[in-house]
Amino acid sequence: MAGYILKRLITAIPVLFGISVIVFLIMALIPGDPATAILGSYATPENVARLNADLGLDKPEWQQFFIWLGNMLQGDFGRSFQLNRPVLDEVLERFNATLVLAGTSFVLCSVLGIVAGVISAANQYGWADKGITFVVLLGISIPSFFLGMMMILVFAVNLRWLPASGMWPIYGDRDLWALLRHLAMPAFALSVVATGVIARLSRSAMLEVLRQDFIRTARAKGVHERGVIWRHALRAAMVSIIPVLGIQAGFVLSGAVYIEVVFQWPGIGRMLVDAILRRDILLVQGGVVIVAACYVLFNIVVDVAQSLLDPRIKT
Amino acid sequence: MSAFFKLLARNRLALGGLIVMTVVVVLALLIPVLPLADPYATNTGNRFALPFSEGALLGTDHLGRDLLSRLMWGTLLSLAVGFAAALVAATIGSAIGITAGYLVGTRILRRGEPLAALAHFAVGYGLGTVLLLVLGALPGLLTFVLVAAATGIAAWALARTAIPVLGGARVPLAVCAALFGALIAAALGAGPIITPLAIAAVGTLLLLLFYARMDVDNGLMRLVDMLMAFPYILLALAIVAALGPGLLNALIAVAAVNIPFFARNIRGITVGIANREFVDAARLAGMSDVRIILTEILPNVIPVIVIAMSTTIGWMILETAGLSFLGLGSQPPQADLGSMLGEARSALITNPHTSIVPGVMILIIVMAINLLGDGVRDALDPRLKSGALNRPLPATLVARDRAPVPAHNDGILTMSGLETQFHVKDRVYRAVGGVDLSVKPGECLGIIGESGSGKSVTALSVMGLVASPPGVITGGSVRFSGEDLVGAPYEKLRSMRGKSVAYIFQDPLATLHPLYKVGDQLIEAISSHRSIGRAEGRKKAIELLEAVRIPNAKSRVDTYPHEMSGGMRQRVGIAMALANDPEVIIADEPTTALDVTVQAQILSLLNDLRRERGLAIIFITHDFGVVGQLCDRVAVMYAGRIVEEGPTKAILDAPQHPYTARLIACVPELGEGKRRLEAIPGLPPVVDKLPDGCAFADRCDRVHASCRQGDIPLEGNGTRAVRCLFPVNMKEAAE
Repeated sequence: MAGYILKRLITAIPVLFGISVIVFLIMALIPGDPATAILGSYATPENVARLNADLGLDKPEWQQFFIWLGNMLQGDFGRSFQLNRPVLDEVLERFNATLVLAGTSFVLCSVLGIVAGVISAANQYGWADKGITFVVLLGISIPSFFLGMMMILVFAVNLRWLPASGMWPIYGDRDLWALLRHLAMPAFALSVVATGVIARLSRSAMLEVLRQDFIRTARAKGVHERGVIWRHALRAAMVSIIPVLGIQAGFVLSGAVYIEVVFQWPGIGRMLVDAILRRDILLVQGGVVIVAACYVLFNIVVDVAQSLLDPRIKT
Repeated sequence: MSAFFKLLARNRLALGGLIVMTVVVVLALLIPVLPLADPYATNTGNRFALPFSEGALLGTDHLGRDLLSRLMWGTLLSLAVGFAAALVAATIGSAIGITAGYLVGTRILRRGEPLAALAHFAVGYGLGTVLLLVLGALPGLLTFVLVAAATGIAAWALARTAIPVLGGARVPLAVCAALFGALIAAALGAGPIITPLAIAAVGTLLLLLFYARMDVDNGLMRLVDMLMAFPYILLALAIVAALGPGLLNALIAVAAVNIPFFARNIRGITVGIANREFVDAARLAGMSDVRIILTEILPNVIPVIVIAMSTTIGWMILETAGLSFLGLGSQPPQADLGSMLGEARSALITNPHTSIVPGVMILIIVMAINLLGDGVRDALDPRLKSGALNRPLPATLVARDRAPVPAHNDGILTMSGLETQFHVKDRVYRAVGGVDLSVKPGECLGIIGESGSGKSVTALSVMGLVASPPGVITGGSVRFSGEDLVGAPYEKLRSMRGKSVAYIFQDPLATLHPLYKVGDQLIEAISSHRSIGRAEGRKKAIELLEAVRIPNAKSRVDTYPHEMSGGMRQRVGIAMALANDPEVIIADEPTTALDVTVQAQILSLLNDLRRERGLAIIFITHDFGVVGQLCDRVAVMYAGRIVEEGPTKAILDAPQHPYTARLIACVPELGEGKRRLEAIPGLPPVVDKLPDGCAFADRCDRVHASCRQGDIPLEGNGTRAVRCLFPVNMKEAAE
């Protein structure tokens, strides 16, 4: 197993390299001159040239790439000109907030989605199945940002149960309860789509498995139907559910961008959108690379979990 | 095609989706002729008018613009962009997927080809740069697309002619390398500084490094994987960042991030199709790869592409709306639904209707599309038609319309008049049509018949294990120690499964759970009926494995089914059946999947167990050789009914039913190579329209007109019985 993990980590290196190349190439396409963006359009050509030289932008692009890559490997992601602070500090701080939000949502959508899918499959064509199918359809059809806005309207404005925005109260303690209150709506809104997708997939995976011979064997042994569904069928269905959990993690991370904007959550998605609108290239590059790298690592975790679950996979 | 629409129409939800979509699309197309207000005409005096107010059916927004008009225009825009993005993503993704799937195993670089690849790359790069200099005056994006396309085509043409010169490199390699070169040149050309040769060198190195030892499929899929390594929004954001905000750029970004999804899906399907016989045939007929892809593979892949598209269009509309919502898509004053929501957000609390109107519209559109997409998927998926995705209930459904007749016999397990049917749509398949069977303790009863004769269904009906739907037990009784099990409550049935009547199934690889250790599966068989500790269960599992003569039972207990041989797995299956010391074991073709020596071992094992434990065994098989070794009595089934029954030896020596006689004649005997093996002509009748009278009449060489008139009873004297008007071997039987 240790060997397998090591192998997967090593194969991640070219992927990470590829990611940094793609990010750099896309950013190289951005028209316009960062120095002009920083200094404004009334800057003198001399000043622009001087700043470009300071920023290293006068060098050929391949040199810029390797300087950027080399610095990144040493933990220096450059400075955000807009925020005037190291990219890494800003990205890590923001990413932390995103992880809290996306992590909660991911757990929520995995558990809810799988349970809903299993119940749906176990009661195929029954009322529970029809109800879940309808809710799921609603869930994957509603834009998460619209859902978030409606939730704010209902639960924050009308009912005044939950705070409408932010991660922490402006006044008062930063304790777990405060965090949970702020987290409830965004985490739920973010998990809805993924819950729907996972529930649909779990349902069809379960139906596929329930037809198989080993289910009949379990029944012939006298295993109770609960055991047949949750122990035998779900365990086998997990083999096809887990890879989808990995993909959905990416979707949750992506959807976080909208939710962060709607709920003013201080996460990395909002930071990236702002950085793009302000053409803060180093911040965009650094943010994208770090998030993508985490996602790659997460997918390795998923693969390892998969191989632990399925003894037939050779590690 | 019409069948497809019929299926689609039958699905009421999908029909609803279709109707809503049609209405929305028609309204959107009618916009120019509808009496709508100007969507861009601001009227700050009439800001935030509520819905149903004078002159504005849905109210006005923060600039006093008519919401209804803006909603209609926004809908048109969102739909157009969503569909366009789906189309672009599907086309490019499918092209990649088909290419990769079709070229599995085709190496990009052969020995000595890296040099050729470098040459192609240089040509592509050079061409790209030259073209760039020529077209340099054009604005960024257009240059990019034009240059990439033009150099791609040029390099491809050049590579085709240059192949012999460049050392035998093949077209895919040339195209890949040249395209790559052209793309880099174009990409850099569109950027601020032109011609950093070294990046090209790095790219080449990467190209060689990645592709030198890969096939086309591997290479393309690695690239797709790399794109998928981004959470999609990062890629979309990066693309929008590079191209600048705008609806067209949002479209490009959304299409681009969905290409990997299509590529992966279509590749998987193509790999399956590319190995099929008709593709091999086309190859042998000398068709070119391109032609095979277009005429043989594409038609088979299109349904999958349609499914993938119909299930993702809704998603793409959401994504484009999302980018617009963030202010990265359509730019004011033009507005799609997403940017309408984005603009309304600042007034969410004071004037929620400006948010609700576009939000609900997105919800309606996407929901209708999803319903329609599901309908399309269901209509195109053959598995749903056959009901193959139905969940079998915990116990077979019972629908007896008359009270069961009393038991005709006093064995430990007695079936009387058992009828089991399969109800598929409006058809009724009478798999078991009134079977009487009985087995005593210590006795082995064989049930024999061709595939589809109903013998397995008979056996599975005993404990309600016939998959249901579509199976239904419609009549008769199954009595265990005098107690009727048909229609017994589930809990009663469950408590007897494995404990009173245990099953051994065919094909032990499919019948054992693949993800649990065999020991745990054995322990579970016990713990389903009585609570048992971990250590004790393990001890019992080892004992069971020893009882079925598995060597090294102590270590075997911790192995998974896939780590065992077929014979070993079947022994595990038998051990599992023995776990609770049942009175009856039903063995459903337990030796069919095994080779002959293992088969003999399993049979003698079963025989020993029967002697030692006084088990009653019902042994189902299609092989008279096996019956002769093991069974005391044998019942021959045909088309769901017993046609002959009696002591094994008597039946083997003097079969009375013509069918039995023909079956026995089918058994080859060792050392008697001269005897002619008589296959039975024809096939068993389909059990949804059985003929009147004898079901075997059509295949029988002794058939008389009277055979086809009225039901023929199972008649006999003493130990034997036959369902035939003109039985064979009557003289021998009488003696």
